[in-house]
Amino acid sequence: MTTMATPTQPRATTTTPAPVYNPKSESTLAKRIKSTIFHIVALALVAMVLYPALWMISASFKPNSEIGGANNALWSNNFSFDNFVTAMEGIGGVSTLTFFTNSLILAVGAVVGTVLSASISAYAFARINFPGRGLFFGMMIATLLLPFHVVIIPQYIVFQQLGLVDTYVPLLIGKFLAADAFFVFLMVQFMRGLPAELDEAARIDGAGHVRIFGSIMLPLMKPALISTSIFSFIWSWNDFLGPLLYLNTPDKYPLPLALRLFVDQTQSSDYGAMIAMSVLALLPVLVFFLVFQRYIVEGVSTQGLKG
Amino acid sequence: MTQSPTLSRRTASAPTQPRKSRRRGADARAGYTFLLPWLLGFIALTVGPMISSLYLSFTNYNLFDAPKWIGFDNYVTLFQDERFLQSVGVTMQYVVFGTPLKLAAALAIAMLLNSKRKGQGFYRSAFYAPSLIGASVSIAIVWKAMFGDSGPVDQGLSFFGINLGGWVGNPNMTMGMMILLTVWQFGAPMVIFLAGLKQIPVDLYEAASMDGAGPVRKFMNITWPMLSPVIFFNLLMETIHAFQIFASAYIISNGEGGPAGSTLFYTLYLYLRGFSDFRMGYASAMAWLLVIVVGIITLIFFKTSKSWVHYSGDAK
Repeated sequence: MTTMATPTQPRATTTTPAPVYNPKSESTLAKRIKSTIFHIVALALVAMVLYPALWMISASFKPNSEIGGANNALWSNNFSFDNFVTAMEGIGGVSTLTFFTNSLILAVGAVVGTVLSASISAYAFARINFPGRGLFFGMMIATLLLPFHVVIIPQYIVFQQLGLVDTYVPLLIGKFLAADAFFVFLMVQFMRGLPAELDEAARIDGAGHVRIFGSIMLPLMKPALISTSIFSFIWSWNDFLGPLLYLNTPDKYPLPLALRLFVDQTQSSDYGAMIAMSVLALLPVLVFFLVFQRYIVEGVSTQGLKG
Repeated sequence: MTQSPTLSRRTASAPTQPRKSRRRGADARAGYTFLLPWLLGFIALTVGPMISSLYLSFTNYNLFDAPKWIGFDNYVTLFQDERFLQSVGVTMQYVVFGTPLKLAAALAIAMLLNSKRKGQGFYRSAFYAPSLIGASVSIAIVWKAMFGDSGPVDQGLSFFGINLGGWVGNPNMTMGMMILLTVWQFGAPMVIFLAGLKQIPVDLYEAASMDGAGPVRKFMNITWPMLSPVIFFNLLMETIHAFQIFASAYIISNGEGGPAGSTLFYTLYLYLRGFSDFRMGYASAMAWLLVIVVGIITLIFFKTSKSWVHYSGDAK
């Protein structure tokens, strides 16, 4: 799609009517001024957009007296780790390290489950011809548009009757059953882009679907698998409604739920610790973002994913 | 999307008839085997629950006693329930104002970034970042602190002589705060817009320039129609997404939808009815109304899209 046979290269500006484009003449004065204005505007917008995140990080290092009130500068002379020390102590006798571990178990479980189940199901949709495939594919797409609130009540009732409330099973089982249609769809689209000659050749050589899937498709699908892993990790890490419904005992809580408990109990008395814990709860997401930003942003633009 | 061209190509290369049909049977078996995880999940976690949710919506059910059939009572009661009507109003306000503003911001920034300049990768990532963290509990807490009494937003506004005294406790301001939170997360649709803008052939703009078209005409006559499938996609996804806001509303209002019900979003009220009051039948009726409304909106979008969405499938 991106390889359009346009004779001219994409041009930076749209206003200059000159039909001839010479890439060497980039450094003319007008272009420089335009570029400078662009960067000033863009950087100002970036500053605005990133301000809440910067404010959060800065506030987490500041003493309570400097959060809110008259002193709202991002820079403080009294930076300290005190808030983090308080936040790490946790809440309700459970240390924040436990919450971290719980979040990690859930997120890693979500990644493993989603990558396995979505890739296997996507292979069926993309590469095998069988009766009913079109119908099922349409249903899979329809679940993308379905508000998931319509299923949470019966799901809860079933898990409650099976005695699985307050375990991680309800939170993870959907991941192993490809319930996130987004990821199945993403992988189907990706696999459809791979040349059909590959599996045809393998078939002639006598390979079955298991071989074709395992030794040909999976290695080629690396970009789709990486996008899926990143997003399912982050979504699971940030998930709030699922744990809120299914978990009752604090020592099983993941971070978002612990954070809410923390806010409930400290209220506004210890703003600093509250914000420090918010930072801790977002830390893996921030790290993921910094490390994988290229994959994340490109994954969205090519697959139409949502964050 | 059903029959891929590989089938005909493959059968053409298969030499004999029996081999073909054997292959077809094996394919069917393999197809269902590979589809098994999704199929199981679809039946057990989507279709089954949908059917039982529909049934429950016609009952009184508190999770402990057997469901009692009451017909359409839940649906009738809903429309006399002031809190329900308020939650509809709150959610509509959020969808109607938040989604277009978010998309406008996304499109504006995407157009700004759609040029060959240094640092575009950095800008794209920076603008995308809020989309990744925006729905988290952490950001809801930060938002509450920022918009609270004498928080940074309050401080910033008082610099311009505006004294609101905090947005969190003021029922007239909370919706603005929630809308700003969703607009702030414009990064995901922006990146999709950017990908769409890159597909528009540059020579269209060049031809328009030579005909003397200004930026507004170029936008109206080239960018908007060429981008319309992407605009449609983003509009549909963001609208459906907006109906389902939960975590930030829950955190900002301490799980109650306050002050004065101004953040009583539809899903929050559904949660409170179902999981605090254990009125599972009532909440199921709410869930089904949501499905119906989202379904109708999707249908309207698809119907009206014919008049403004241009699919230039053969222009590739």
